Amino acid sequence: MTWALRDSWTVTLRDLGHWRRQPWDLLIGLAFPILLLLMFGYLLGGAIEVPGGYIEFLFPGMLAVTMAFGLESTMTAVSQDVQRGVTDRFRSLPMSRAAVLLGRATADMLATVVGLAVLLVAGLAVGWRVHEGLGSALAGVGLLLLLRFAFLWVGIYLGLLFRGQGGVMAVQILVWPFVFLSNAFVPISTMPGWLQTLSAWNPVTATVAATRDLFGNPTVAASGWASDNVVLLAVVWPIVLVTIFGTLAVRRWAHLGR
Amino acid sequence: MTAIQTLGLTRRYGDTTVLDSLDLAVEPGTVHGLLGPNGAGKTTAVRILSTLLDPHGGSARVAGFDVVRQAGQVRRHLGLVGQHAAVDEILGGRDNLVMFGRLSHLGTRQARHRAQELLERFDLVDAADRPVSTYSGGMRRRLDLAAGLVLDPTVLLLDEPTTGLDPGGRREVWQSVRALVAGGTAVLLTTQYLEEVDQLASQVTVLDHGRVAAEGTPDALKASIGQDRLDVVVHDEADLPAAQSALRAVAGDAEIDLDGRRVTATVTDRVAALTHVVRTLDDAGIVVDDVILRRPTLDEVFLHLTGTTKEAA
Repeated sequence: MTWALRDSWTVTLRDLGHWRRQPWDLLIGLAFPILLLLMFGYLLGGAIEVPGGYIEFLFPGMLAVTMAFGLESTMTAVSQDVQRGVTDRFRSLPMSRAAVLLGRATADMLATVVGLAVLLVAGLAVGWRVHEGLGSALAGVGLLLLLRFAFLWVGIYLGLLFRGQGGVMAVQILVWPFVFLSNAFVPISTMPGWLQTLSAWNPVTATVAATRDLFGNPTVAASGWASDNVVLLAVVWPIVLVTIFGTLAVRRWAHLGR
Repeated sequence: MTAIQTLGLTRRYGDTTVLDSLDLAVEPGTVHGLLGPNGAGKTTAVRILSTLLDPHGGSARVAGFDVVRQAGQVRRHLGLVGQHAAVDEILGGRDNLVMFGRLSHLGTRQARHRAQELLERFDLVDAADRPVSTYSGGMRRRLDLAAGLVLDPTVLLLDEPTTGLDPGGRREVWQSVRALVAGGTAVLLTTQYLEEVDQLASQVTVLDHGRVAAEGTPDALKASIGQDRLDVVVHDEADLPAAQSALRAVAGDAEIDLDGRRVTATVTDRVAALTHVVRTLDDAGIVVDDVILRRPTLDEVFLHLTGTTKEAA
Protein backbone atom coordinates (compact mmCIF):
# COMPACT_ATOMS: atom_id res chain seq x y z
CA MET A 1 0.00 0.00 0.00
CA THR A 2 2.80 2.42 0.84
CA TRP A 3 4.36 1.82 -2.57
CA ALA A 4 0.99 2.50 -4.19
CA LEU A 5 0.89 5.89 -2.45
CA ARG A 6 4.54 6.74 -3.11
CA ASP A 7 4.28 5.76 -6.77
CA SER A 8 1.05 7.74 -7.13
CA TRP A 9 2.82 10.77 -5.72
CA THR A 10 5.71 10.28 -8.17
CA VAL A 11 3.23 10.19 -11.04
CA THR A 12 1.55 13.31 -9.61
CA LEU A 13 4.94 15.05 -9.41
CA ARG A 14 5.29 14.52 -13.13
CA ASP A 15 2.29 16.80 -13.69
CA LEU A 16 3.54 19.30 -11.14
CA GLY A 17 6.76 19.33 -13.18
CA HIS A 18 4.67 20.27 -16.21
CA TRP A 19 3.23 23.24 -14.29
CA ARG A 20 6.71 24.38 -13.37
CA ARG A 21 7.93 24.16 -16.96
CA GLN A 22 4.82 25.43 -18.69
CA PRO A 23 2.90 27.52 -16.15
CA TRP A 24 1.04 29.25 -18.98
CA ASP A 25 -0.68 25.93 -19.79
CA LEU A 26 -2.56 26.18 -16.50
CA LEU A 27 -3.47 29.79 -17.25
CA ILE A 28 -4.62 29.02 -20.79
CA GLY A 29 -6.88 26.34 -19.30
CA LEU A 30 -8.42 29.04 -17.09
CA ALA A 31 -8.76 31.53 -19.93
CA PHE A 32 -11.59 29.49 -21.39
CA PRO A 33 -13.99 29.58 -18.40
CA ILE A 34 -13.14 33.25 -17.81
CA LEU A 35 -13.99 33.94 -21.45
CA LEU A 36 -17.28 32.07 -21.00
CA LEU A 37 -18.00 34.20 -17.93
CA LEU A 38 -17.30 37.45 -19.76
CA MET A 39 -19.14 36.43 -22.95
CA PHE A 40 -22.25 35.24 -21.22
CA GLY A 41 -22.07 37.82 -18.44
CA TYR A 42 -21.64 40.90 -20.60
CA LEU A 43 -22.54 40.00 -24.20
CA LEU A 44 -25.46 37.60 -23.96
CA GLY A 45 -26.48 38.13 -20.36
CA GLY A 46 -28.20 41.44 -21.01
CA ALA A 47 -30.91 39.57 -22.88
CA ILE A 48 -31.40 37.01 -20.12
CA GLU A 49 -33.76 38.15 -17.37
CA VAL A 50 -33.03 36.56 -14.02
CA PRO A 51 -34.20 37.97 -10.70
CA GLY A 52 -31.15 38.89 -8.62
CA GLY A 53 -28.88 39.64 -11.57
CA TYR A 54 -27.46 37.45 -14.33
CA ILE A 55 -23.80 37.45 -13.23
CA GLU A 56 -24.71 35.97 -9.85
CA PHE A 57 -26.93 33.43 -11.60
CA LEU A 58 -24.29 32.60 -14.19
CA PHE A 59 -21.20 32.24 -12.03
CA PRO A 60 -22.00 28.95 -10.22
CA GLY A 61 -23.16 27.59 -13.60
CA MET A 62 -19.86 28.53 -15.18
CA LEU A 63 -17.95 26.84 -12.36
CA ALA A 64 -19.88 23.58 -12.74
CA VAL A 65 -19.45 23.66 -16.53
CA THR A 66 -15.70 24.08 -16.01
CA MET A 67 -15.74 21.00 -13.79
CA ALA A 68 -17.55 19.03 -16.49
CA PHE A 69 -15.17 20.22 -19.22
CA GLY A 70 -12.34 18.88 -17.04
CA LEU A 71 -13.13 15.48 -18.46
CA GLU A 72 -11.51 16.62 -21.70
CA SER A 73 -8.14 17.43 -20.16
CA THR A 74 -8.12 14.16 -18.22
CA MET A 75 -9.10 12.18 -21.30
CA THR A 76 -6.50 13.88 -23.51
CA ALA A 77 -3.70 13.29 -20.98
CA VAL A 78 -4.59 9.61 -20.58
CA SER A 79 -5.02 9.00 -24.28
CA GLN A 80 -1.74 10.74 -25.17
CA ASP A 81 0.18 8.60 -22.71
CA VAL A 82 -1.30 5.47 -24.24
CA GLN A 83 -0.53 6.59 -27.78
CA ARG A 84 3.02 7.71 -27.03
CA GLY A 85 3.94 4.50 -25.25
CA VAL A 86 4.38 6.18 -21.85
CA THR A 87 1.62 3.97 -20.45
CA ASP A 88 3.46 0.89 -21.72
CA ARG A 89 6.64 2.13 -20.08
CA PHE A 90 4.80 2.52 -16.75
CA ARG A 91 3.24 -0.92 -17.12
CA SER A 92 6.64 -2.50 -17.75
CA LEU A 93 8.12 -1.00 -14.55
CA PRO A 94 7.99 -2.75 -11.19
CA MET A 95 5.74 0.03 -9.87
CA SER A 96 2.28 -0.12 -8.36
CA ARG A 97 -0.24 -0.58 -11.14
CA ALA A 98 -2.91 1.51 -9.45
CA ALA A 99 -0.49 4.43 -9.12
CA VAL A 100 -0.76 5.43 -12.78
CA LEU A 101 -4.49 6.12 -12.43
CA LEU A 102 -4.32 7.43 -8.86
CA GLY A 103 -1.49 9.80 -9.79
CA ARG A 104 -3.47 11.10 -12.74
CA ALA A 105 -6.51 11.63 -10.49
CA THR A 106 -4.46 13.43 -7.81
CA ALA A 107 -2.72 15.70 -10.33
CA ASP A 108 -5.99 16.65 -12.01
CA MET A 109 -7.71 17.34 -8.69
CA LEU A 110 -4.81 19.54 -7.54
CA ALA A 111 -4.99 21.46 -10.82
CA THR A 112 -8.73 21.84 -10.29
CA VAL A 113 -8.31 23.23 -6.76
CA VAL A 114 -5.80 25.82 -8.00
CA GLY A 115 -7.97 26.68 -11.00
CA LEU A 116 -11.10 26.96 -8.90
CA ALA A 117 -9.36 29.38 -6.52
CA VAL A 118 -8.37 31.63 -9.43
CA LEU A 119 -11.89 31.49 -10.88
CA LEU A 120 -13.45 32.44 -7.54
CA VAL A 121 -11.24 35.53 -7.45
CA ALA A 122 -12.27 36.32 -11.04
CA GLY A 123 -15.92 35.93 -9.98
CA LEU A 124 -15.47 38.36 -7.11
CA ALA A 125 -13.89 40.79 -9.57
CA VAL A 126 -16.99 40.81 -11.80
CA GLY A 127 -19.37 41.30 -8.88
CA TRP A 128 -20.27 37.79 -7.82
CA ARG A 129 -20.69 37.37 -4.05
CA VAL A 130 -21.37 34.63 -1.52
CA HIS A 131 -24.45 35.43 0.54
CA GLU A 132 -24.48 32.47 2.92
CA GLY A 133 -21.92 31.56 5.56
CA LEU A 134 -18.39 30.29 4.94
CA GLY A 135 -19.36 26.69 5.75
CA SER A 136 -22.11 26.78 3.20
CA ALA A 137 -19.79 28.26 0.58
CA LEU A 138 -17.19 25.55 1.27
CA ALA A 139 -19.90 22.94 0.88
CA GLY A 140 -20.66 24.45 -2.54
CA VAL A 141 -16.99 24.24 -3.50
CA GLY A 142 -17.00 20.64 -2.24
CA LEU A 143 -19.89 19.76 -4.55
CA LEU A 144 -18.03 21.32 -7.50
CA LEU A 145 -14.90 19.28 -6.73
CA LEU A 146 -17.05 16.17 -6.39
CA LEU A 147 -18.45 16.77 -9.87
CA ARG A 148 -14.92 17.22 -11.25
CA PHE A 149 -13.88 13.98 -9.57
CA ALA A 150 -16.78 12.16 -11.19
CA PHE A 151 -15.98 13.47 -14.68
CA LEU A 152 -12.33 12.68 -14.07
CA TRP A 153 -13.18 8.98 -14.08
CA VAL A 154 -15.30 9.39 -17.18
CA GLY A 155 -12.23 11.01 -18.76
CA ILE A 156 -9.85 8.23 -17.65
CA TYR A 157 -12.18 5.58 -19.03
CA LEU A 158 -12.69 7.33 -22.37
CA GLY A 159 -8.96 8.07 -22.63
CA LEU A 160 -8.18 4.37 -22.22
CA LEU A 161 -10.97 3.45 -24.63
CA PHE A 162 -10.06 5.68 -27.57
CA ARG A 163 -6.75 4.92 -29.23
CA GLY A 164 -6.98 7.50 -32.01
CA GLN A 165 -7.57 11.24 -32.17
CA GLY A 166 -11.04 10.71 -33.72
CA GLY A 167 -12.68 9.44 -30.54
CA VAL A 168 -11.13 12.18 -28.43
CA MET A 169 -12.43 14.84 -30.82
CA ALA A 170 -15.90 13.33 -30.89
CA VAL A 171 -16.07 13.52 -27.10
CA GLN A 172 -14.78 17.10 -27.15
CA ILE A 173 -17.68 18.05 -29.41
CA LEU A 174 -20.33 16.04 -27.55
CA VAL A 175 -19.43 17.66 -24.22
CA TRP A 176 -20.91 20.93 -25.51
CA PRO A 177 -24.56 19.94 -25.95
CA PHE A 178 -24.23 17.96 -22.72
CA VAL A 179 -23.27 20.96 -20.58
CA PHE A 180 -25.59 23.36 -22.37
CA LEU A 181 -28.49 21.02 -21.74
CA SER A 182 -28.52 22.21 -18.15
CA ASN A 183 -29.47 25.18 -16.04
CA ALA A 184 -25.92 26.57 -16.14
CA PHE A 185 -26.57 29.46 -18.53
CA VAL A 186 -30.34 29.85 -18.68
CA PRO A 187 -33.22 28.82 -16.39
CA ILE A 188 -34.61 25.43 -17.40
CA SER A 189 -38.11 26.90 -17.48
CA THR A 190 -37.23 28.73 -20.71
CA MET A 191 -36.68 25.42 -22.56
CA PRO A 192 -39.24 23.31 -24.46
CA GLY A 193 -41.00 20.79 -22.21
CA TRP A 194 -39.12 17.58 -23.08
CA LEU A 195 -35.76 19.34 -22.88
CA GLN A 196 -36.75 20.59 -19.43
CA THR A 197 -37.04 17.00 -18.22
CA LEU A 198 -33.66 16.02 -19.71
CA SER A 199 -32.00 19.12 -18.30
CA ALA A 200 -33.51 18.65 -14.86
CA TRP A 201 -31.87 15.23 -14.63
CA ASN A 202 -28.49 16.35 -15.99
CA PRO A 203 -25.81 15.88 -13.28
CA VAL A 204 -24.49 19.35 -14.15
CA THR A 205 -27.91 20.86 -13.38
CA ALA A 206 -28.01 19.28 -9.93
CA THR A 207 -24.57 20.62 -8.99
CA VAL A 208 -25.35 24.09 -10.41
CA ALA A 209 -28.65 24.38 -8.56
CA ALA A 210 -27.21 23.06 -5.30
CA THR A 211 -24.19 25.36 -5.55
CA ARG A 212 -26.44 28.38 -6.20
CA ASP A 213 -28.38 27.47 -3.07
CA LEU A 214 -25.25 27.07 -0.97
CA PHE A 215 -23.67 30.30 -2.27
CA GLY A 216 -26.96 32.15 -1.81
CA ASN A 217 -27.03 33.09 -5.49
CA PRO A 218 -30.33 33.53 -7.33
CA THR A 219 -32.11 30.42 -8.48
CA VAL A 220 -35.10 30.11 -10.75
CA ALA A 221 -37.56 27.67 -9.29
CA ALA A 222 -38.36 24.64 -11.41
CA SER A 223 -40.89 21.93 -10.66
CA GLY A 224 -40.41 18.17 -10.47
CA TRP A 225 -38.73 15.74 -8.11
CA ALA A 226 -35.26 16.31 -9.58
CA SER A 227 -35.56 20.06 -9.05
CA ASP A 228 -36.82 19.63 -5.49
CA ASN A 229 -33.88 17.43 -4.49
CA VAL A 230 -30.89 19.15 -6.08
CA VAL A 231 -28.51 18.77 -3.14
CA LEU A 232 -29.27 15.08 -2.88
CA LEU A 233 -28.77 14.66 -6.63
CA ALA A 234 -25.59 16.76 -6.57
CA VAL A 235 -24.14 14.17 -4.19
CA VAL A 236 -25.71 11.02 -5.62
CA TRP A 237 -25.02 11.72 -9.30
CA PRO A 238 -21.22 12.01 -8.90
CA ILE A 239 -21.15 8.93 -6.69
CA VAL A 240 -23.07 6.99 -9.36
CA LEU A 241 -20.72 8.25 -12.09
CA VAL A 242 -17.60 7.39 -10.08
CA THR A 243 -18.97 3.94 -9.34
CA ILE A 244 -19.78 3.21 -12.98
CA PHE A 245 -16.87 4.86 -14.76
CA GLY A 246 -14.33 4.17 -12.01
CA THR A 247 -15.18 0.47 -12.28
CA LEU A 248 -15.05 0.56 -16.07
CA ALA A 249 -11.73 2.43 -16.05
CA VAL A 250 -10.08 0.15 -13.51
CA ARG A 251 -11.34 -2.91 -15.34
CA ARG A 252 -10.10 -1.62 -18.68
CA TRP A 253 -6.76 -0.74 -17.09
CA ALA A 254 -6.38 -4.17 -15.52
CA HIS A 255 -7.28 -5.86 -18.81
CA LEU A 256 -5.08 -3.85 -21.15
CA GLY A 257 -2.99 -7.00 -21.64
CA ARG A 258 -5.90 -9.24 -22.53
CA MET B 1 20.66 -19.56 -17.01
CA THR B 2 18.94 -18.74 -20.27
CA ALA B 3 17.90 -15.08 -20.23
CA ILE B 4 14.80 -15.50 -22.38
CA GLN B 5 13.13 -18.82 -22.94
CA THR B 6 9.80 -19.27 -24.70
CA LEU B 7 7.99 -22.49 -25.49
CA GLY B 8 5.14 -22.58 -27.97
CA LEU B 9 4.31 -18.93 -27.29
CA THR B 10 1.03 -18.10 -29.00
CA ARG B 11 -1.18 -15.03 -29.23
CA ARG B 12 -4.36 -14.42 -31.20
CA TYR B 13 -6.32 -11.32 -32.14
CA GLY B 14 -9.83 -12.44 -32.92
CA ASP B 15 -9.46 -15.24 -35.44
CA THR B 16 -5.95 -14.30 -36.50
CA THR B 17 -3.01 -16.01 -34.87
CA VAL B 18 -0.40 -13.28 -34.78
CA LEU B 19 2.17 -15.35 -32.92
CA ASP B 20 2.17 -19.07 -33.52
CA SER B 21 4.17 -21.39 -31.27
CA LEU B 22 7.31 -19.31 -30.93
CA ASP B 23 10.27 -21.14 -29.38
CA LEU B 24 13.09 -18.85 -28.45
CA ALA B 25 16.21 -19.10 -26.33
CA VAL B 26 18.44 -16.09 -25.72
CA GLU B 27 21.67 -16.48 -23.76
CA PRO B 28 23.19 -13.77 -21.53
CA GLY B 29 25.70 -11.55 -23.25
CA THR B 30 24.25 -12.08 -26.72
CA VAL B 31 22.00 -10.25 -29.14
CA HIS B 32 19.20 -12.29 -30.63
CA GLY B 33 17.65 -10.77 -33.72
CA LEU B 34 13.94 -11.12 -34.37
CA LEU B 35 13.51 -10.36 -38.02
CA GLY B 36 10.39 -10.07 -40.11
CA PRO B 37 8.14 -7.79 -42.10
CA ASN B 38 5.41 -5.67 -40.47
CA GLY B 39 2.75 -7.88 -38.94
CA ALA B 40 5.09 -10.85 -38.58
CA GLY B 41 4.52 -10.93 -34.81
CA LYS B 42 7.74 -9.31 -33.60
CA THR B 43 6.13 -6.60 -31.50
CA THR B 44 3.58 -9.05 -30.12
CA ALA B 45 6.45 -11.25 -28.90
CA VAL B 46 8.14 -8.27 -27.25
CA ARG B 47 4.90 -7.14 -25.61
CA ILE B 48 4.31 -10.58 -24.14
CA LEU B 49 7.89 -10.82 -22.85
CA SER B 50 7.58 -7.38 -21.23
CA THR B 51 4.35 -8.42 -19.44
CA LEU B 52 2.26 -5.91 -21.40
CA LEU B 53 0.24 -8.59 -23.16
CA ASP B 54 -0.93 -11.99 -21.95
CA PRO B 55 -0.07 -15.03 -24.07
CA HIS B 56 -2.92 -17.24 -25.23
CA GLY B 57 -0.77 -20.34 -25.31
CA GLY B 58 2.68 -21.58 -24.40
CA SER B 59 4.95 -20.06 -21.80
CA ALA B 60 7.75 -17.56 -21.51
CA ARG B 61 10.41 -16.99 -18.89
CA VAL B 62 12.48 -13.84 -18.61
CA ALA B 63 15.51 -13.92 -16.30
CA GLY B 64 14.09 -17.19 -15.01
CA PHE B 65 10.66 -15.80 -14.09
CA ASP B 66 7.36 -16.64 -15.72
CA VAL B 67 5.92 -13.62 -17.52
CA VAL B 68 2.37 -14.35 -16.38
CA ARG B 69 2.69 -15.77 -12.86
CA GLN B 70 5.78 -13.77 -11.82
CA ALA B 71 5.20 -10.59 -13.82
CA GLY B 72 6.45 -8.41 -10.96
CA GLN B 73 9.80 -10.23 -10.83
CA VAL B 74 10.10 -10.06 -14.61
CA ARG B 75 9.62 -6.27 -14.53
CA ARG B 76 12.43 -6.01 -11.97
CA HIS B 77 14.90 -7.62 -14.37
CA LEU B 78 13.72 -6.21 -17.64
CA GLY B 79 14.41 -3.15 -19.73
CA LEU B 80 12.02 -2.23 -22.52
CA VAL B 81 12.68 0.13 -25.39
CA GLY B 82 9.59 0.23 -27.56
CA GLN B 83 8.96 1.70 -30.97
CA HIS B 84 8.04 5.15 -29.67
CA ALA B 85 10.34 7.22 -27.54
CA ALA B 86 8.17 6.57 -24.50
CA VAL B 87 9.26 9.49 -22.36
CA ASP B 88 7.61 12.66 -21.09
CA GLU B 89 8.04 15.37 -23.71
CA ILE B 90 7.63 18.37 -21.42
CA LEU B 91 10.06 17.28 -18.73
CA GLY B 92 13.81 17.22 -19.25
CA GLY B 93 15.84 14.05 -19.72
CA ARG B 94 17.00 14.10 -16.12
CA ASP B 95 13.52 14.48 -14.65
CA ASN B 96 12.34 11.60 -16.84
CA LEU B 97 15.12 9.29 -15.65
CA VAL B 98 14.64 10.26 -11.99
CA MET B 99 10.90 9.59 -12.32
CA PHE B 100 11.47 6.17 -13.88
CA GLY B 101 14.07 5.42 -11.21
CA ARG B 102 11.68 6.34 -8.40
CA LEU B 103 8.94 4.28 -10.02
CA SER B 104 11.42 1.40 -10.16
CA HIS B 105 11.70 1.84 -6.38
CA LEU B 106 15.33 2.92 -6.33
CA GLY B 107 14.62 5.64 -3.79
CA THR B 108 14.98 9.31 -4.66
CA ARG B 109 18.71 9.66 -3.92
CA GLN B 110 19.67 6.50 -5.75
CA ALA B 111 17.35 7.47 -8.63
CA ARG B 112 19.13 10.83 -8.99
CA HIS B 113 22.52 9.17 -8.88
CA ARG B 114 21.50 6.63 -11.51
CA ALA B 115 20.03 9.34 -13.73
CA GLN B 116 23.34 11.24 -13.68
CA GLU B 117 25.25 8.04 -14.54
CA LEU B 118 22.99 7.31 -17.49
CA LEU B 119 23.04 10.90 -18.75
CA GLU B 120 26.85 10.75 -18.78
CA ARG B 121 26.92 7.36 -20.43
CA PHE B 122 24.55 8.41 -23.22
CA ASP B 123 26.12 11.82 -23.67
CA LEU B 124 23.00 13.72 -22.62
CA VAL B 125 24.42 15.80 -19.78
CA ASP B 126 24.30 19.08 -21.70
CA ALA B 127 20.67 18.55 -22.66
CA ALA B 128 19.66 17.00 -19.33
CA ASP B 129 17.48 19.88 -18.18
CA ARG B 130 16.01 20.88 -21.52
CA PRO B 131 12.49 19.64 -22.40
CA VAL B 132 12.65 16.39 -24.36
CA SER B 133 10.52 18.01 -27.07
CA THR B 134 13.65 19.95 -28.10
CA TYR B 135 15.77 16.78 -28.51
CA SER B 136 16.84 15.38 -31.88
CA GLY B 137 15.62 11.94 -32.95
CA GLY B 138 18.93 10.34 -31.96
CA MET B 139 18.93 12.03 -28.55
CA ARG B 140 15.39 10.84 -27.85
CA ARG B 141 16.35 7.29 -28.72
CA ARG B 142 19.36 7.50 -26.44
CA LEU B 143 17.18 8.80 -23.62
CA ASP B 144 14.68 6.04 -24.31
CA LEU B 145 17.49 3.51 -24.15
CA ALA B 146 18.74 5.08 -20.90
CA ALA B 147 15.21 4.87 -19.48
CA GLY B 148 15.17 1.17 -20.30
CA LEU B 149 18.42 0.72 -18.37
CA VAL B 150 17.48 2.47 -15.12
CA LEU B 151 17.39 -0.84 -13.26
CA ASP B 152 20.50 -2.22 -14.96
CA PRO B 153 18.39 -5.04 -16.43
CA THR B 154 19.72 -8.48 -17.20
CA VAL B 155 17.39 -8.66 -20.19
CA LEU B 156 16.80 -5.82 -22.63
CA LEU B 157 14.01 -5.86 -25.20
CA LEU B 158 14.58 -3.51 -28.13
CA ASP B 159 11.64 -3.13 -30.48
CA GLU B 160 12.88 -1.58 -33.72
CA PRO B 161 15.22 0.76 -31.84
CA THR B 162 16.63 2.46 -34.93
CA THR B 163 13.47 2.96 -36.99
CA GLY B 164 13.39 6.52 -38.25
CA LEU B 165 16.97 7.31 -37.24
CA ASP B 166 19.62 8.67 -39.60
CA PRO B 167 22.79 6.57 -40.11
CA GLY B 168 24.62 8.50 -37.39
CA GLY B 169 21.84 7.91 -34.86
CA ARG B 170 21.71 4.26 -35.85
CA ARG B 171 25.43 3.82 -35.22
CA GLU B 172 25.08 5.47 -31.81
CA VAL B 173 22.40 2.97 -30.83
CA TRP B 174 24.46 0.07 -32.15
CA GLN B 175 27.47 1.16 -30.11
CA SER B 176 25.39 1.35 -26.95
CA VAL B 177 23.94 -2.10 -27.59
CA ARG B 178 27.41 -3.60 -28.15
CA ALA B 179 28.64 -2.08 -24.89
CA LEU B 180 25.67 -3.51 -22.98
CA VAL B 181 26.09 -6.97 -24.41
CA ALA B 182 29.80 -6.91 -23.57
CA GLY B 183 28.66 -6.31 -19.98
CA GLY B 184 26.58 -9.49 -20.01
CA THR B 185 23.11 -8.16 -20.85
CA ALA B 186 20.93 -10.36 -23.02
CA VAL B 187 19.28 -8.39 -25.83
CA LEU B 188 16.29 -9.33 -27.93
CA LEU B 189 16.26 -7.02 -30.92
CA THR B 190 13.42 -6.77 -33.39
CA THR B 191 14.15 -5.04 -36.63
CA GLN B 192 13.21 -4.74 -40.25
CA TYR B 193 16.78 -3.77 -41.10
CA LEU B 194 18.72 -6.81 -42.14
CA GLU B 195 21.94 -4.89 -41.84
CA GLU B 196 21.18 -4.33 -38.17
CA VAL B 197 20.95 -8.04 -37.48
CA ASP B 198 24.12 -8.56 -39.50
CA GLN B 199 25.89 -5.96 -37.38
CA LEU B 200 24.70 -6.98 -33.94
CA ALA B 201 23.09 -10.36 -33.65
CA SER B 202 24.77 -13.69 -33.07
CA GLN B 203 21.47 -15.56 -33.48
CA VAL B 204 18.51 -14.73 -35.71
CA THR B 205 14.93 -15.87 -35.77
CA VAL B 206 13.01 -14.98 -38.91
CA LEU B 207 9.29 -14.56 -38.31
CA ASP B 208 6.68 -14.57 -41.03
CA HIS B 209 2.95 -14.39 -40.31
CA GLY B 210 3.59 -15.27 -36.68
CA ARG B 211 5.55 -18.41 -37.47
CA VAL B 212 9.26 -19.10 -37.34
CA ALA B 213 10.43 -19.17 -40.96
CA ALA B 214 14.08 -19.82 -40.12
CA GLU B 215 16.58 -19.56 -37.31
CA GLY B 216 20.31 -19.76 -36.79
CA THR B 217 23.37 -17.56 -36.99
CA PRO B 218 23.34 -14.86 -39.68
CA ASP B 219 26.08 -16.78 -41.50
CA ALA B 220 24.20 -20.05 -41.30
CA LEU B 221 21.07 -18.39 -42.63
CA LYS B 222 22.99 -17.01 -45.57
CA ALA B 223 24.54 -20.40 -46.18
CA SER B 224 21.15 -22.10 -45.96
CA ILE B 225 20.02 -20.63 -49.22
CA GLY B 226 23.27 -21.65 -50.36
CA GLN B 227 25.28 -20.59 -52.97
CA ASP B 228 27.28 -17.58 -53.74
CA ARG B 229 26.08 -14.83 -55.98
CA LEU B 230 27.85 -13.62 -59.10
CA ASP B 231 27.06 -10.02 -60.08
CA VAL B 232 28.01 -8.55 -63.44
CA VAL B 233 27.58 -4.82 -64.00
CA VAL B 234 27.70 -3.94 -67.69
CA HIS B 235 28.76 -0.56 -69.00
CA ASP B 236 26.07 -0.34 -71.66
CA GLU B 237 22.47 -1.23 -70.88
CA ALA B 238 22.11 -2.77 -74.36
CA ASP B 239 24.53 -5.53 -73.33
CA LEU B 240 22.31 -6.75 -70.47
CA PRO B 241 20.65 -9.59 -72.47
CA ALA B 242 24.06 -10.86 -73.62
CA ALA B 243 25.41 -10.76 -70.08
CA GLN B 244 22.31 -12.55 -68.88
CA SER B 245 22.79 -15.43 -71.33
CA ALA B 246 26.46 -15.68 -70.36
CA LEU B 247 25.41 -16.12 -66.73
CA ARG B 248 22.65 -18.53 -67.68
CA ALA B 249 25.28 -20.83 -69.10
CA VAL B 250 26.80 -21.29 -65.62
CA ALA B 251 23.71 -20.87 -63.45
CA GLY B 252 20.09 -21.85 -63.83
CA ASP B 253 18.60 -18.41 -63.54
CA ALA B 254 19.95 -14.92 -63.90
CA GLU B 255 18.06 -11.87 -62.69
CA ILE B 256 18.44 -8.52 -64.35
CA ASP B 257 18.46 -5.44 -62.20
CA LEU B 258 17.84 -2.81 -64.86
CA ASP B 259 18.30 0.11 -62.57
CA GLY B 260 21.89 -0.71 -61.81
CA ARG B 261 22.76 -2.37 -65.14
CA ARG B 262 23.36 -5.44 -63.06
CA VAL B 263 22.80 -9.14 -63.67
CA THR B 264 22.88 -11.48 -60.68
CA ALA B 265 23.04 -15.27 -60.75
CA THR B 266 23.32 -17.99 -58.14
CA VAL B 267 26.40 -20.08 -58.77
CA THR B 268 27.72 -23.32 -57.31
CA ASP B 269 31.26 -23.76 -58.57
CA ARG B 270 32.28 -20.21 -57.91
CA VAL B 271 35.74 -19.96 -59.53
CA ALA B 272 34.80 -21.96 -62.64
CA ALA B 273 31.69 -19.87 -63.07
CA LEU B 274 33.61 -16.64 -62.69
CA THR B 275 36.26 -17.69 -65.22
CA HIS B 276 33.64 -18.83 -67.71
CA VAL B 277 31.57 -15.67 -67.47
CA VAL B 278 34.52 -13.31 -67.77
CA ARG B 279 35.84 -15.23 -70.82
CA THR B 280 32.43 -15.28 -72.55
CA LEU B 281 31.85 -11.56 -72.00
CA ASP B 282 35.35 -10.73 -73.17
CA ASP B 283 34.94 -12.84 -76.33
CA ALA B 284 31.67 -11.06 -77.08
CA GLY B 285 33.39 -7.70 -76.66
CA ILE B 286 31.10 -6.57 -73.86
CA VAL B 287 32.52 -3.81 -71.67
CA VAL B 288 32.06 -4.67 -68.00
CA ASP B 289 32.19 -2.12 -65.16
CA ASP B 290 32.30 -4.66 -62.35
CA VAL B 291 32.25 -8.36 -61.62
CA ILE B 292 31.53 -9.40 -58.02
CA LEU B 293 31.56 -12.81 -56.41
CA ARG B 294 29.85 -12.66 -53.02
CA ARG B 295 27.75 -14.34 -50.29
CA PRO B 296 24.01 -13.74 -50.45
CA THR B 297 22.83 -10.68 -48.49
CA LEU B 298 20.32 -11.10 -45.68
CA ASP B 299 17.86 -9.32 -47.96
CA GLU B 300 18.11 -12.20 -50.36
CA VAL B 301 17.79 -14.69 -47.51
CA PHE B 302 14.71 -12.84 -46.36
CA LEU B 303 13.15 -12.83 -49.81
CA HIS B 304 13.89 -16.50 -50.14
CA LEU B 305 12.36 -17.38 -46.76
CA THR B 306 9.28 -15.24 -46.69
CA GLY B 307 8.57 -14.63 -50.35
CA THR B 308 8.45 -10.95 -49.54
CA THR B 309 10.91 -8.12 -49.31
CA LYS B 310 11.14 -5.59 -46.58
CA GLU B 311 10.01 -2.91 -49.01
CA ALA B 312 7.02 -4.91 -50.20
CA ALA B 313 5.95 -5.46 -46.61
